[in-house]
Amino acid sequence: MTSSDANKSADIKWQLVAADKQPEADSRYLIIPLALWLADKADYENRTDIAVWLDSGEEPEQLAGDLHRLAFVALNFPTFRDGRAYSSASILRQQLGYTGELRAIGDVRRDQLEQMSRCGFDKFCLADGSILALSDVPQFSYHYQSAADNSEPLFRTQQLD
Amino acid sequence: MYKYNRYDQQLIDERVAQFRDQTKRYLKGLIPEEEFLDLRLRNGLYIQRHAPMLRVAIPYGMLNSKQLRKLAYISRHYDKAYGHFTTRQNIQFNWPELEKVPDILADLAEVQMHAIQTSGNVIRNTSTDEFAGVAADEIEDSRPWCELIRQWSTFHPEFNWLPRKFKIAVTGAAVDRAAIQIHDIGLRLIRKEDGEVGFEVLAGGGLGRTPIIGSVIKTFLPGKHLLTYLDAMLRIYNRFGRRDNKFKARIKILVRAMTAEKYAEKVEQEWQALKDGPGTLTEAEINRVSACFTHPEYETFSAEKSTTAYSAQSATDARIADDSGFAAWQRRNVKPHKVPGYAIVILSLKPTGVPPGDVTDTQMLQIADLADKYSFGEVRTTHEQNLVLADVKQRDLYALWQEATSGSLATPNAGLLTDMICCPGGDFCSLANAKSIPVAEAIQRRYDSIDTLHDLGEISINISGCMNACGHHHVGNIGILGVDKKGEEWYQISIGGSAANDASLASIIGPSFAREEVPDVIDKIISVYTQHREAGESFLATYRRIGMEAFKTTVYAKSEIL
Repeated sequence: MTSSDANKSADIKWQLVAADKQPEADSRYLIIPLALWLADKADYENRTDIAVWLDSGEEPEQLAGDLHRLAFVALNFPTFRDGRAYSSASILRQQLGYTGELRAIGDVRRDQLEQMSRCGFDKFCLADGSILALSDVPQFSYHYQSAADNSEPLFRTQQLD
Repeated sequence: MYKYNRYDQQLIDERVAQFRDQTKRYLKGLIPEEEFLDLRLRNGLYIQRHAPMLRVAIPYGMLNSKQLRKLAYISRHYDKAYGHFTTRQNIQFNWPELEKVPDILADLAEVQMHAIQTSGNVIRNTSTDEFAGVAADEIEDSRPWCELIRQWSTFHPEFNWLPRKFKIAVTGAAVDRAAIQIHDIGLRLIRKEDGEVGFEVLAGGGLGRTPIIGSVIKTFLPGKHLLTYLDAMLRIYNRFGRRDNKFKARIKILVRAMTAEKYAEKVEQEWQALKDGPGTLTEAEINRVSACFTHPEYETFSAEKSTTAYSAQSATDARIADDSGFAAWQRRNVKPHKVPGYAIVILSLKPTGVPPGDVTDTQMLQIADLADKYSFGEVRTTHEQNLVLADVKQRDLYALWQEATSGSLATPNAGLLTDMICCPGGDFCSLANAKSIPVAEAIQRRYDSIDTLHDLGEISINISGCMNACGHHHVGNIGILGVDKKGEEWYQISIGGSAANDASLASIIGPSFAREEVPDVIDKIISVYTQHREAGESFLATYRRIGMEAFKTTVYAKSEIL
């Protein structure tokens, strides 16, 4: 079993609730849209099987006080060209101090995973159906700048001459 | 200039391998066309009217002779033996084969060059003053800061999928030769009285469909905070810039919509969490990069000679001084240098009949030789699409002029009417509404007298083949814009633009013209200037004094039947 397959089988129980839908009664392991969470979060008291997903234009700041209650956060890429989720991820990590799992969902493509990982994503649900972990993502050997993956710029990590 | 260390080299080598793999997968059908488009754009590769076009980065316009020889080799080996220097200090090759592009990139990497982020909705090559480090009016050398920005922006993970392309320009001199007011971000270096170096920060300038002059959003940003502040600026743009309409997606539209004050406030707020974080520049890093831009070993000359003039010391020299061709070139193409006995030389890429900014492989080799012989092996590119030899001994000027003349590199027209900025236009570019190169040529042919050109003095004509404004027509003293009218090519003319310290946007004179009418219209505009100018007054100054009406009346006057 490849790590992609392993991820997938561990993940199969999670169900994504679309933006305009309500979850069925008694359903578990839900990834619900931000609006639903904000409206009904009292109903989800003491649940550990609730995650929230944000669309690219939604503001992660709205989850500021709630992050500890979520199983994970997922950020949607409506198209691979929409780069807003990179900033949302960075804000979750850098500004809101979120340390839990951060998933990329939607039109997620292989050639962009490196950038996503550096912005703090650590799980990747690709458009082609595969699910990858951080360790599956190839990286450049070095990077020049600091980013939301807690990395420091090259000039702080290497003795440059 | 900056020299790569092993980390810099490894990164571009890995990028070549990554792009080679992407190209291979695309050719095998494993990456869909629409996705590969974005991937190749991030590496400077367009598909143009006739063939792919590869844009190679020349970071802030600095080249050495070895790199130039490699560019000559690439143009000969993979292309049609010429290259085109752009208004953002880069070089383009118009005829490479897609399959060969990874090989071209590997060749470039051997001389510390690349095509990273030269197109696509990413942070592009930072541009600056072509006289940085040698200008007599310099406050602070901009190049170390440009290099720091280059490294910070290279593969920046958060800003690789922006709403639109993003251009940063830096100036460190009293005279702004980098056009910072028409960039997404403009940075003006400031040295405070206590010696602290920092930046005045502008945002939201740009040309295109909606030309806007940038607004100051911070009056003094200490140098060490540059990168974290840029992070905050880009983040606000990445989050809130429009993505629904590509013509409204540049930062200038966001800044205008939210107001510069509000944008500045949001940036400031975002910055608070990043300020003093790991992205803060260390003194060691600023010093390391600055040390790459030390002065070459200049000979010591007496300070009395710190003019640009070639001094006549012998009978031969006296004859030289009488050479009117040399005198004309010296007057236009030689600029004052901050070190006594040295001068800055502009090699004009605007001889009549050659598309502005084009050079052949032979010329590239010749320029590389001139650089080695006369200017410490370095060359710079300018946003006016010329080249500069920045460190020439005044006593070598005549010899240099003779050699440059034989390579058609000494047209004495720097800053004059025929020194036009011109995009590739409809001859090459698939976005263009109209051709621009033949228009430039027709005007050059009309103004073929050096004496006339010198009499008219400083005047800029900028030509763009479409609203995207790659030819900067809004900031030309005279701007020419190609427009499409029912499938025909027409040209809209504007007057009064400037990209200098007194930046202004040109105003449209009136209804557009057919291509063959353009030289006559330029003639009429120039005739209004010569009739109205006061002694020593430039075209722009005359226009600003007398206004549009006189120009309009003359240009649209019905010809009288005599």
